Amino acid sequence: IFSFCQTVEHGFPHQPSALGYSPFLRLMAIGTRSGAIKLYGAPGVEFMGLHEENNTVMQIHFIPDQCQLVTLLDDNSLHRWSLKQHGGASELREEHRFTLKGPPGSPPSAMQITAVLPHSSREVLYLGTESGNIFVVELPSFRVLEDRTITSEAVLQRVPEDYCNRRSCELVEALLEHPKNPDQILIGYSRGLIFLWDLQNNKVTHLFLGTQQLENLYWQRDGSKFVSCHYDGSYTQWPVSSDNRQPQPLENLVPYGPFPCKAISKIYWQTTKNGLPYIIFQGGMPRASYGDRHSISVVHGSQQTAFDFTSRVIDFFIIFSSEPTAEFDDPSAMVVLAEEELVVIDLKTAGWPAVHPPYLASLHCSAITCSHHVSNIPLKLWERIISAGSKQNIHYSNMPWPIDGGTSIAPDPPQRDLLLTGHEDGTVRFWDASGVCLHLLYKLSTVRVFLTDADPNDNMNTLGEDEWPPLRKVGTFDPYSDDPRLGIQKIYLCKYSGYLAVAGTAGQVLVMELNDEDAEHVVDHAEADLLQDQEGYRWKGHEKLKTRDGPVRFEAGFQPFVLVQCQPPAVVTSLALHSEWKLVAFGTSHGFGLFDHQQKRLVFVKCTLHPSDQLALEGPLSRVKSLKKSLRQSFRRIRRSRVSSRKRRGGSGNASEVQEANAKFDQDMLQEMELAPVQRKIEARSAEDSFTGFVRTLYFADTFLRDSSRHCPSLWAGTNGGTVYAFCLCVPPAERRMDEPVRAEQAKEIQLMHRAPVVGILVLDGRSTPLPEPLEVAHDLSKSPDMQGSHQLLVVSEEQFKVFTLPKVSSKLKLKLTALEGCRVRKVTVANFSSCKTDDYSENDLAVLTNLGDIQIISLPFLKLQIRYPCIRKEDVSGIASCVFTKYGQGFYLISPSEFERFSLSTKWLVEPRCIVDMPEVTSNNHVHTKSGTENAARKSRSSGGCGEDERKSGRLMEHALLNDEKVLKEIQSTLEGGR
Amino acid sequence: QFGAEFRRFSLDRYKPGKFEDFYKLILHIHHIANLEVMIGYADVHGDLLPINNDDNFFKAVSSAHPLLRVFIQRQDEVDYSNFGTNTLSRKKKALVTLRNDNLRRRPHINISMPHDFRPVSSIIDVDILPETHRRVRLYRHGCEKPLGFYIRDGTSVRVTPHGLEKVPGIFISRMVPGGLAESTGLLAVNDEVLEVNGIEVAGKTLDQVTDMMIANSHNLIITVKPANQRNNIIRSSRMSGSSGQSTDSTTSHHSLPTSHVLQNFHPDEMESDEEADIVIEGGLEPQHIPKLHSLTSSSLPRINGSSLSHRLQRDLVLNNSSGRESNGNIHKLLSSLKTDPRHSLVIPRGGIEEDGTVITL
Repeated sequence: IFSFCQTVEHGFPHQPSALGYSPFLRLMAIGTRSGAIKLYGAPGVEFMGLHEENNTVMQIHFIPDQCQLVTLLDDNSLHRWSLKQHGGASELREEHRFTLKGPPGSPPSAMQITAVLPHSSREVLYLGTESGNIFVVELPSFRVLEDRTITSEAVLQRVPEDYCNRRSCELVEALLEHPKNPDQILIGYSRGLIFLWDLQNNKVTHLFLGTQQLENLYWQRDGSKFVSCHYDGSYTQWPVSSDNRQPQPLENLVPYGPFPCKAISKIYWQTTKNGLPYIIFQGGMPRASYGDRHSISVVHGSQQTAFDFTSRVIDFFIIFSSEPTAEFDDPSAMVVLAEEELVVIDLKTAGWPAVHPPYLASLHCSAITCSHHVSNIPLKLWERIISAGSKQNIHYSNMPWPIDGGTSIAPDPPQRDLLLTGHEDGTVRFWDASGVCLHLLYKLSTVRVFLTDADPNDNMNTLGEDEWPPLRKVGTFDPYSDDPRLGIQKIYLCKYSGYLAVAGTAGQVLVMELNDEDAEHVVDHAEADLLQDQEGYRWKGHEKLKTRDGPVRFEAGFQPFVLVQCQPPAVVTSLALHSEWKLVAFGTSHGFGLFDHQQKRLVFVKCTLHPSDQLALEGPLSRVKSLKKSLRQSFRRIRRSRVSSRKRRGGSGNASEVQEANAKFDQDMLQEMELAPVQRKIEARSAEDSFTGFVRTLYFADTFLRDSSRHCPSLWAGTNGGTVYAFCLCVPPAERRMDEPVRAEQAKEIQLMHRAPVVGILVLDGRSTPLPEPLEVAHDLSKSPDMQGSHQLLVVSEEQFKVFTLPKVSSKLKLKLTALEGCRVRKVTVANFSSCKTDDYSENDLAVLTNLGDIQIISLPFLKLQIRYPCIRKEDVSGIASCVFTKYGQGFYLISPSEFERFSLSTKWLVEPRCIVDMPEVTSNNHVHTKSGTENAARKSRSSGGCGEDERKSGRLMEHALLNDEKVLKEIQSTLEGGR
Repeated sequence: QFGAEFRRFSLDRYKPGKFEDFYKLILHIHHIANLEVMIGYADVHGDLLPINNDDNFFKAVSSAHPLLRVFIQRQDEVDYSNFGTNTLSRKKKALVTLRNDNLRRRPHINISMPHDFRPVSSIIDVDILPETHRRVRLYRHGCEKPLGFYIRDGTSVRVTPHGLEKVPGIFISRMVPGGLAESTGLLAVNDEVLEVNGIEVAGKTLDQVTDMMIANSHNLIITVKPANQRNNIIRSSRMSGSSGQSTDSTTSHHSLPTSHVLQNFHPDEMESDEEADIVIEGGLEPQHIPKLHSLTSSSLPRINGSSLSHRLQRDLVLNNSSGRESNGNIHKLLSSLKTDPRHSLVIPRGGIEEDGTVITL
């Protein structure tokens, strides 16, 4: 009934470093700096592999006409991967690895591979190196064929004396096979020298004396010409004919001259039926004024657009007709891998619109601040959300997704699931999380309700028609938030009523309703003073957001109708919505309140502050000092560890030297420890601790709060100081709902003696089943709760699980976690697990994520630990903080700012990619137009600095090498967000 | 049956005089000259402590602010276990009762009886641990004294099948002056922490161990390997009995092997020591303890951490009905008086009534 597996990664790979494409398989491959390789084809077709070395993937090359690919890592190792069918589905496996070794004594850099050419014969790989030599290795064995090595000396003999004083050729920049004649390869050296090599006779047939530093080469389809692009922002066309063995360039052009330009690092020259070629090149912008742009320009006749990307371009490729018999390239789409997103441009439709990708969505186009999962969305709501979303996507191309290799054989998702992510810029994104492809359905912005410094109409696309270069912004990645107060902190969606509550950083709580039409209306505005006139405190944090007066125009979709602003405007730390009672509850570090969104009236507020808690009162600013200190400390720690690790590396030599170095290292470590031991204070929690009033959880329940004969609506709140408040609510019946006020009075206050933060509250009915969600029973989706038997209250603190009887709150059962295991509860949800064998059996358990990254399943109502799985590394603070569980035993957590890992705890509900990649029939003429261009743009843009000192970890845990500094930043962020 | 009376009288704070005189005065005031009584007082923390010699009498008087609450019980009704930490916290009395039976057979020495003092720490399980280890139990009472120590990462040397090996360990790195840990004298900087409440710390991170200790802070039992091995208990000695050291006492109690059994660590006992949660009923429903509620929820926590009032509430809610009569009464009386320890003691005008489960003032 339980089984843990990590099924699929959603989102965009963190720190991509290489891109490859197989026109034969119609699959795309992306490599990352942490050594992961991911293959994508048709929606649902995806594969993932991980190099054991965790090194940066520099280049990816598919072997022509085969289900195989070769990757080059930054440690100069080559890896051969293949897709093989196994048990009905294809799997990606690493089959062979190889490191090119030079003769003894030669410098290792000489063997550094700079260019890779898989030959269309599928038998050999040509490897260009830094020394200028080209080695030939046999496939699939990776045996070096030494007699076929092309040495730079052999080449230089043909070079005329006067050419660049016959300098050494330097590194091999590009290796290309002749499109029509597999016996000829084109070799480009970084100094500008290019020659055509005849493999049969082992000699140079043509020599092209370039004068500019070479960046890349591209063959034209018929093999009569090729283009070279250069460091100075120029490109050159060269003719290849049998009569001229040392031709002069046909054309040399600096597209964005005459002022100095940046390098053009890659170029495509694509022929079309109408004769006008598509010239597509990366970079080449004027250095002074546009040198900071990440651009790819497309030129087709008089049309020219410089697509301006939001982040560095890693690499790109063009999808064109790969039929060997076709006369023209006829490019259909351009696929660009930028550092933070994937952009696909439709080249067939006028205006070159972007194509909406079905996967690889940039989850982090603005930093994710929270997420919320809703299972089993009713069809009606689903359709309404999709229709609202489709109105937002009109500017996208209608082109079907061009990368369509493989077939997904995964069963259709059993239900419709939504994942909602809240972002720093005040938006909420609705993702289709039912299947393998996390797909954006709809985007909601809360910005319009508020007055912010930046005018939303201030669009980036205001460039005039005659603007040169003709830049056009593409992509959605926009990490710069105008106002951090807009950030979304809590989301609650009622799937039956379509009510959505969203709460943010500056104490704002918005209640919204789904409307299929555009509308203009006034948002009702209320203020909740959580301090209740306590004297003598000053909020030193940010101000509350200013609201827009008068009616505001909202597009179709979720439209806010009520805004509650907490005072002081501290970040909202908990939120609950009861759509049946039409109530919304919210809590901050100061207290909590209840708002009636039907009558638009504040029902009550309760201050939970301890008077001595100055920190909470003054707001985040007063914490800056300690933050600075901790920052300084962590940087010092990083620096220290770097210094010592460098020392360690320095001591390479004979054994005694190593030993000495080690001893010294140990000593250093000891000294370090003595100087600044990391120590922890052992102190019991007391009421005076900071942030005890911080409201961690809110819960609505219809239960027996006061006596065992009458049940009533109630609101429960749990704080950081281990206090639970219970309020008895009096909600008028529906027919008098507008006439009588909702009343609330405090009925109980429970102080847990261990004072640990309360992270979850739950009421179990007479059958020990958790109470259903509001409206669940009304929609016949759940049995009505048992109100005959006695109810029980489950309070989950970070340290313990405790069951109490109701209405007399006496302790019945408990499970101590921290006292026994030293771990603390970070996330807890009730999940329904059903057996995969018998259909009718299912049970409710608690799914718990601890601060060590373990997942535990704890039975209800007896609180027995069922099973435990290691899931997230305990150092991965942001991963643990971002975890959400679904109601059916799955979950998501961020493995990087841009990727969700999906996992499953249930044997029954499993969403994972299952797909087949069949070998398309190989044409008898085994010369297929292969993908051109070596992906050395990636190498060009290699940035310095490794991925930190990764501790290698075995097992299924994937190593996501976050930079140390980034970790620190995460920590800071989580502190600022109030330790969520 | 309840048999409580109240008298208010004054003493010279700076010249309290001798215990003998005070004893006589008490007997005189209460007209009980012919009875053997035990005199106790409520200290600042609300615990019942005895007055039976000049020293603790002086201490009692000097700590009174401004009133000293003195409790007088017939000597034969006194349950010594109720002094000190046990005053309020026992739910399961089985063990305690057992011990009391044993104790009664022995004549009490008035001055150095262990039960006259509040245990703050003890060495336990001496018989089952290796001599190089020490298992220390820290009692946190209502007292607001911090546990007061820090731990750090370090390396320790272990004997393994492969010879000596360095392994990571957790060590005590710092003592807070005046903290509970320091005042016991049983823990010291650089002691290696081996277990926390019976769970080995090997393989756990500093943060995990920190969390475990804090989660067990109400009854923390740490097994350490002291850095200084010279003060270890010698097993062969008859003095192996565990003994409490006291903050108040300068006398050593090693000579009394009385409470050996009791002090041993029993999981069951640990449970019983656990403090229960407090439930405060609110709203307009009929109140069980209306006055207390208002006191607790408003004024008290603001003054002095809410621990005292919490204990009080807990006792009232849990209805410790199994307690022996006189002692139970004393507790309740004490509890009720304790609600406002900093302020002048207000003696309830209407006396005290007991309705069987809760008391109403």
